[in-house]
Amino acid sequence: DPPVFHGSLVISSQVVCPNGKGRMHFTKEQNSRGHFSTAKQESVPQLRKDPIQGNNSEEPPSRVLLMLVVGLSFSTRLYKIADPPHVCWDETHFGKMGSYYINRTFFFDVHPPLGKMLIGLAGYMTGYDGTFPFVKPGDKYEHHNYWGMRGFCAVLGSCLPVFAYLIVLELSQSHTAALITATLLIFDTGSITISQYILLDPILMFFIMAAVLSMVKFNQQRYRPFSATWWLWLVLTGVSLAGALGVKFVGLFVILLVGLNTVWDLWRLLGDLSLSLVDITKHLLARVVGLILLPLLLYITIFAIHFVVLNKSGPGDGFFSSAFQSRLIGNNLHNASMPEYLAYGSTITVKNLRIAGGYLHSHWHLYPEGVGAKQQQVTAYLHKDYNNLWLVQRHGENECEKRGILLRKTTRNLHTHLHEAPLTKKHFQVTGYGINGTGDINDLWQVEVCGGQKGDLVKVLRSKVRFLHRATGCVLYSSGKTLPKWGWEQVEVTCSPYLKETPSSQWNIEDHINPKLPNISLSVLKPHFLEILLESHIVMIRGNSGLKPKDNEMNSKPWHWPINYQGLRFSGVNDTDYRVYLLGNPVVWWINLASLGLYVIMVAVASVALQRGFSLGQKRIGMVIDCDSNDSHVLMREGGQLFLGWLLHYAPFYTMGRVLYYHHYFPAMLFNSMLTGITLDVLLKSADLLLRRPYSDWLQRVGLMVLLFSVLYSFYLFHPLSYGMTGPLAHEAGSAMAGLKWMDSWEF
Amino acid sequence: MMLQLPLVVTAQVDLVLLLVSLLALWTRLSRLSYPNAVVFDEVYYGQFVSLYMKRVFFIDDSGPPLGHLILAFGAYLGGFDGNFVWNRIGAEYPSSVSVWSLRLLPALCGALCVPLVYLLTLELRFSHLSALGAALLLLLENSLIVQSRFMLLESVLIFFVLLAFFSYLRFHNTPSSCFRYGWLILSGASCAAAVGVKYMGVFSYLLLLGVASLHTWNLIGDRGVSHLSVCVQCVCRVVCLLVVPVLLYVFWFYVHLSLLHRSGPHDQLMSSAFQASLEGGLSRITQGQPLEVAYGSQVTLRSSASQPVPCWLHSHKANYPIRYENGRGSSHQQQVTCYPFKDVNNWWIIKDPGRQELVVSSPPRPVRHGDVIQLVHGMTSRFLNSHDVAAPMSPHAQEVSGYIDFNVSMPTQNLWRVDISNREAESESWKTILSDVRLVHVNTSAVLRMTGVSLPDWGFRQLEVVADKLFKAQSSSLDWTVEEHRYGTSQEQKEREAELHSPTHIDVNRKISFWAKFLEVQWKMLTVKQEDSEHKYSSSPLEWITMETNIAYWLHSSTNAQIHLIGNPVSWGVANLSLLAYQLLAAVYLLRRRRGFKDLPDGVWSQFVCLGCVCVGGWVVNFVPFFLMEKTLFLYHYLPALCYLHLLSPALLEHTHTHLLRYVHTHTHTHTHTHCILSLSC
Repeated sequence: DPPVFHGSLVISSQVVCPNGKGRMHFTKEQNSRGHFSTAKQESVPQLRKDPIQGNNSEEPPSRVLLMLVVGLSFSTRLYKIADPPHVCWDETHFGKMGSYYINRTFFFDVHPPLGKMLIGLAGYMTGYDGTFPFVKPGDKYEHHNYWGMRGFCAVLGSCLPVFAYLIVLELSQSHTAALITATLLIFDTGSITISQYILLDPILMFFIMAAVLSMVKFNQQRYRPFSATWWLWLVLTGVSLAGALGVKFVGLFVILLVGLNTVWDLWRLLGDLSLSLVDITKHLLARVVGLILLPLLLYITIFAIHFVVLNKSGPGDGFFSSAFQSRLIGNNLHNASMPEYLAYGSTITVKNLRIAGGYLHSHWHLYPEGVGAKQQQVTAYLHKDYNNLWLVQRHGENECEKRGILLRKTTRNLHTHLHEAPLTKKHFQVTGYGINGTGDINDLWQVEVCGGQKGDLVKVLRSKVRFLHRATGCVLYSSGKTLPKWGWEQVEVTCSPYLKETPSSQWNIEDHINPKLPNISLSVLKPHFLEILLESHIVMIRGNSGLKPKDNEMNSKPWHWPINYQGLRFSGVNDTDYRVYLLGNPVVWWINLASLGLYVIMVAVASVALQRGFSLGQKRIGMVIDCDSNDSHVLMREGGQLFLGWLLHYAPFYTMGRVLYYHHYFPAMLFNSMLTGITLDVLLKSADLLLRRPYSDWLQRVGLMVLLFSVLYSFYLFHPLSYGMTGPLAHEAGSAMAGLKWMDSWEF
Repeated sequence: MMLQLPLVVTAQVDLVLLLVSLLALWTRLSRLSYPNAVVFDEVYYGQFVSLYMKRVFFIDDSGPPLGHLILAFGAYLGGFDGNFVWNRIGAEYPSSVSVWSLRLLPALCGALCVPLVYLLTLELRFSHLSALGAALLLLLENSLIVQSRFMLLESVLIFFVLLAFFSYLRFHNTPSSCFRYGWLILSGASCAAAVGVKYMGVFSYLLLLGVASLHTWNLIGDRGVSHLSVCVQCVCRVVCLLVVPVLLYVFWFYVHLSLLHRSGPHDQLMSSAFQASLEGGLSRITQGQPLEVAYGSQVTLRSSASQPVPCWLHSHKANYPIRYENGRGSSHQQQVTCYPFKDVNNWWIIKDPGRQELVVSSPPRPVRHGDVIQLVHGMTSRFLNSHDVAAPMSPHAQEVSGYIDFNVSMPTQNLWRVDISNREAESESWKTILSDVRLVHVNTSAVLRMTGVSLPDWGFRQLEVVADKLFKAQSSSLDWTVEEHRYGTSQEQKEREAELHSPTHIDVNRKISFWAKFLEVQWKMLTVKQEDSEHKYSSSPLEWITMETNIAYWLHSSTNAQIHLIGNPVSWGVANLSLLAYQLLAAVYLLRRRRGFKDLPDGVWSQFVCLGCVCVGGWVVNFVPFFLMEKTLFLYHYLPALCYLHLLSPALLEHTHTHLLRYVHTHTHTHTHTHCILSLSC
């Protein structure tokens, strides 16, 4: 019932007025700092308390509103949760990884493990047994209990509008603003779609929003430091941060947001001369514990659980070092026994020592025309494969202790020559050459143990080895650059003329098969937990930056996102399929985009006015000076926080080299929607700058109604995007979506 | 007329400044023509200087044209004719080349940096002693000397950046007067010049804008100034610091483009319209071509994408293999490819689907936007066709073929709609060279597109052409332009008639405006990636601070005389130290101020802050961006950042001396300060 909210607003703003006045008065006289802060101290608690009392007196509608938001949010997200009954889009990855947790199989993924662990847990609790293979999108689930995992994600996704509602309410103390935000998010088809499937995004956004909510609540407790609720919100912020980072590295952005906010807060405390240095140190320490140590501990715990749970060998082994692999049951290095010293005639695999370095590999394919000599490719490959096996051969009669030709299973010799390497032009190309072991002088490689003397034996697994080329004097080197498609996107191997010792030019012998020698058990390798942690992070970061767009995929650009340029196909392509298309409700997104611009303009106008000493409020309610400093305060301070949040979750994508997708924008979109709530609320309230009192109220109410109605109606129009469409595509006349393809780039 | 006596000339000459300037000129300019050989990057800049002398168009992705223009101006003064092959470092210059004049302008800029630093320190409100210290640090920095003495651009960049800051601060410090805005305009112009020399100048420009907007913000907050005055001042600042630099930046390109009017080695990168505007090259072919494409026109179609190579729509008497290597099937129809060389098989004829003739009627009926056409291959008479068969290399897209009826239930789908993407009106006609056209397949709405992928041996390694959904690719790979064009005539007689009746032969030279050329050149400069090469002397930004690497600039093969770029270790150490000290000091001051301890009076504090903004800020903006760059980096990239630190060190020393040590033995310290600065510099 709008009039009631309106009443509550009036109450709160009247209470605030004296304080606003006080603030203006003292900021003018910067020198009387002591006065300023004490005055602020006395007055500001009122500012914060009274609106709450105001809320309390108006409690029934606010509670009703909250219940309404919760109800609508859950019902829109959980509606048709089990449809379509087949694998959609990235469910094929994350569902599969959830199954890996249930089966305790080790895998590699570019994201930290928490999200997939939670998915696995949700599946486990709801009776999913981990047997569905999740091979490709479109596979029918049949009898498998997939709804539990989807439901879990949807429940977390349903919390987002609720959190947004509470955050905006807390920041602006305005039910109108909170209501606008909640409406935008509840009826956004994009937010609904992304919450309904087995994906990391709803989990990630849940933690992001939880962190922001706890941060805002914590800020509100600033006048009751070290109280129980103060601690509670601090700890909750820390926990949510750990959760966000534990799901995806995008969580770093919200950590940055909270970090900046905390620094700002500490700076404020430092300027408060009524606090002693001891108090400030206590504040600092509390934040260090709550926002740094606690999340770090939790984050490490997540990884510890990850490594404890996944103890069986699986598809991710090859990404990790030999030492790491020896932990995994079923891996050939687990409790391995093999001949201890390298010998001629052994079959071996050779692994690069750079983290995520890969095995020395070759296959039948030749280097293409124009890339050095047209001989067989030699690459580094991250997966275990029979093409990684090499045979050590002795060359002639030579007194040197260990010298050999390395011969591959495809019976070509490892060879290099004075042709430039495909990517690293200063290095030489490495090829496979010769037939069945007969080659030429360029096939000779000298084995050198790093830090060893001449005559030392080469130890399997434990020796760091370099391969020096006899004829040119270069060393075998893995550049870490990914070859183009002709090289199957494997990693380039070159021969480097620079003899500096780097892990890129060092290798170790991993598998070693020689029937003539006795096997010796090797249990030396057990790595320390911190080593595993570090290694897995480097592997993840490498993997992340190495995600390059696939050939037939649209590489989405960051500027596409705010304008809702193009969505993502979750399921189905043709008109006979059950199609789900991830696309934001265009009305909602375009309102968001417009209010971003509006926000910048309003802040610019308001801050110039403040700086010049104009008072917008004088015009407004003749008797009270500067009443809307509250509005501009909300706009600049609280809106600023949200704007910063949007910026932090959006701008970094411009600098990323990896492949980007539309759904990366959703965290930023949440911040944008919250900002829209505040901006439009302040804008509607500013109607009285133009019109006199009763008319401005009407304008305000009509504006709000039009806004809410247009969002609702657009949701009615676009809801098939989320809840599934069948039948002809939108450009055909008989389609349910006919006439709604407002942009050519939308694919429904 | 009486001469009034006494005739008095009063002049104030800062002898120290004069002396320092003379020393700077001496260190930078003496024996400038030694060595008489190409030194390091002269080999790179020299080729552009030669091209300027010959007025040949080129594209250089390393920076905007002003830097090259300045070097070329020096060459022009010395009468260099451009006839020198810049092929290797160490090659001897012939006697006809005036080496001295080639190197003069960078050396002058380098020398002028020294007095500029002196003046800049004064404008930062520090003493003459500090100013002398900064000037000496710069004067005796051997890396700067080396970098200034050759035909390189760093010293020019540093000069303009310092000039911009100096004139801005002079503007800020001068009380209101008309001359004041002269300084501001000079500042804006120097910013434009700095950006025009190297893109790195942008960061210094942004820093200056930041400082200026801070000052402007304070001005807005000053309630003592009337609204009108504030408005006027703000507008003046915007004009001087935003509008003037942008206009000047464009002006550099205007000079660049008006100087270079001959076609040259980089023509292929540019659009057909651009190429046609250059003398020689394409314009020789296209002169006198009919402007409007009509039914019956014979055309070659060039893909607008210049990646990986520019190429023309092509077909030849070979079919797609029945099965590809991976087992997929094809239509086994005639191949359509994109071919990077001029060839008779690049000719296509535009046909009206409703008629049979392949000649231009009289008067010619021009093809307009939205018309449906067929394209007939000139040599084989196959129709350009596309259908729901996966393309050879990009299986998600449709195959494009020259249609052959094998009676295997593959109907002809050879209608294409002409979509002029750069049209101004809806009914615009298709123009040679000027129009970017998309060919939309009528049956499937797919668009003809060059994918940039090479076909295997069966396709003779030519580039693949497919039909693809509109939004899946960069727009430029979808556009095609008619490059060569003639009205088709099958008989001798008709040929003459058609020639007579054809519309005006507009000279396309004048059709491309300066703005179009500017935008195209700027865009190409920013997007063309030259091959990233590792270099023996390349280094990473972190190595610069500790000066781990040097660069060998030149080596005489027989006498073993050498020139190396390496910094003065003492001054680098001092620079690093003062950077650290400033940050520490700033942190302590800030924290203490926040707690209510005012260590410094307000005037000194603002001086200290201003020092930090300009010097530490300047160092940050000239150093940090390199971490994000993927290009090959060298030690000399650090020199602009280093200059800011040399500016900082003496000023910080003075600050420490006057404000931190004032409680201890005041009388001895004047001497200490002097000693410190002098010993540092020597």
